[in-house]
Amino acid sequence: MKLLLTFSRKGEHDPGREPVIARVVKETGVLINVEKANIDSMAGEVLVDVPDGDADLIQRRFEEMGVSVRAVVDAIIRDEEECVDCGACISVCPQEVFSFDPEWRLCVNAERCVLCGRCIQACPHGALSQQE
Amino acid sequence: MEKSLDLINARIREGSARVVTAEEMPAIVDELGEEGALEEVDVVTTGTFGAMCSSGAFFNFGHADPPIRMERVWLNDVEAYAGIAAVDAYLGATQEAETRDRPYGGAHVLEEFVSGGTVELRATSHGTDCYPRRSITTELLLEDMNQAIMVNPRNAYQRYNAATNTTDRTLHTYMGTLLPRCGNVSYSGAGTLSPIANDPGFRVIGSGVPIFLAGARGMIVGEGTQHSAGTGFGTLMVTGDLKEMRQEFLRAAVMSGYGVTMYIGVGVPIPVLDTGVVRSTAVRDEDIITDIIDYGTPRRDRPSLARVSYADLKSGSVEIGGETVRTSPLSSYRRARAVARELKTWIEAGKMELALPTRRIDPAKRSKPMRETAVTPRVREIMDRRVISITEDEDIRVAAKKLLKGETNHLPVVDASGLLVGIVTTYDVSKAVVSNGRFRQVKDIMTRNVIRTTPDEPVDIAAQKLEQNNISALPVVDAGNRVVGILSAIDLGKLLPGRRWR
Repeated sequence: MKLLLTFSRKGEHDPGREPVIARVVKETGVLINVEKANIDSMAGEVLVDVPDGDADLIQRRFEEMGVSVRAVVDAIIRDEEECVDCGACISVCPQEVFSFDPEWRLCVNAERCVLCGRCIQACPHGALSQQE
Repeated sequence: MEKSLDLINARIREGSARVVTAEEMPAIVDELGEEGALEEVDVVTTGTFGAMCSSGAFFNFGHADPPIRMERVWLNDVEAYAGIAAVDAYLGATQEAETRDRPYGGAHVLEEFVSGGTVELRATSHGTDCYPRRSITTELLLEDMNQAIMVNPRNAYQRYNAATNTTDRTLHTYMGTLLPRCGNVSYSGAGTLSPIANDPGFRVIGSGVPIFLAGARGMIVGEGTQHSAGTGFGTLMVTGDLKEMRQEFLRAAVMSGYGVTMYIGVGVPIPVLDTGVVRSTAVRDEDIITDIIDYGTPRRDRPSLARVSYADLKSGSVEIGGETVRTSPLSSYRRARAVARELKTWIEAGKMELALPTRRIDPAKRSKPMRETAVTPRVREIMDRRVISITEDEDIRVAAKKLLKGETNHLPVVDASGLLVGIVTTYDVSKAVVSNGRFRQVKDIMTRNVIRTTPDEPVDIAAQKLEQNNISALPVVDAGNRVVGILSAIDLGKLLPGRRWR
């Protein structure tokens, strides 16, 4: 399961100043895969992938350290009315979220999405959006 | 054996015509042979659904009271061409509204009409004795119009170049998003289902032939604009009644960073008259070859990086220079199939009979590039030839002196043989001063990855480089990478008084 972590780095004691991910890994022994990280001087946003069975534990530990955690499910939403099954999204996606079935229907495997947003911009029909 | 069109139409009338899609035809020919397929199949239906910018519709709005001779016309703020009779106008698919924050164009208006929506018509005039009114605003439905006739100057490309991008930045093109360093390939066209690919000799595709156009029973006008069947890029001009069209086959689209276009479904039924038609309709994706073009070259003639078939493109990946690159279409094959299948049901149900061309389309014609009478300005004409350069081992203070003395902000850095190895700006030197002597030599502070131009490069392309990289000067190098000049944003201003360079 993918978890989106957000934290502040402004104050002395903000979790963004601490090696929170390393600490959680060390404490829990759960292997966390960092898929995307966007950290600047004020705040950070990190997308991590964790085994489904450990997601609750990991979420709790991060929250205890002051990190906001949101589980990312169906990260990318396809408007079936607007989509014409062209496939413009397929090759711009770094995660291979999109594919065709044998009938050339577009299939979306949203679990793989890392929220890069490329497909949203690339869709000629405005059929893709990110879950808020 | 040959089969007459009369026989085929008689079969269509009595509901006994055998109709197949172009996708089914190759296997039938394999199984039955050409003569057998000729005997078996009466009509092959084709279909394509993709972006077709060169599309639009003529409208007649009817006369208002008091009447107006419309000189300028807007439909939902998208301007239509009104330089025709009083209440006629042509709305082009790619024309964009100036007043909206998101791209909205003629294609959106056409889709709005077809889906049954209301569109605001606004028009102005200077007023005449016979047409005294000066302005009008009203709301229209498609059914309110006397005529709404789609006329698309260029649709149904025989095939199209696939696109990739060798540069270091993402490009936003009419071929979609092209990732840097050949990160993907984008292609368009239905391959085996493509109408002209099934009759590249234009034996049965020509003026007057009935077609499927966005759900309506349309017709081929003749060759499309930029028709170039001699190079494998034939096109068609087509027409149909907008009032019969369906949203499923007419969709507005926005190519990010490029603009508005329209996706349209076009299908041509092909009468199987002889073994020549059998052969041409047996075409497979493997037989339709196209080039993968580098859209990173901002010129008309872009280099081809590979030649591939539509089968390769549809497989999901191709090889470019030994690397596997993922491909994806811009056109919808699923909806192209829907076009060919619906056309098939029309003919099976006797809703459409076929006709032979009343005038043939030239299968050998080639389109020409533009004749340009004014010479495109080149960098050599406006660059500054007095180049003040520096070598990388020199002290930063020497750079500072040269910048001051030369009244410039850019110093190309050259090696012992005069070849460009870097660039230093006043900003770099200032930064070095602030760093309290941590940097001493030019090579410590110079930028090594220099954006450069050549004397032959068109000025517009050099200007685009400045803009895209947010820089204010480009060293000009010859073929041997020797610095021969420098082009600054100020030089661009010298070119044409009154012309603005951002």
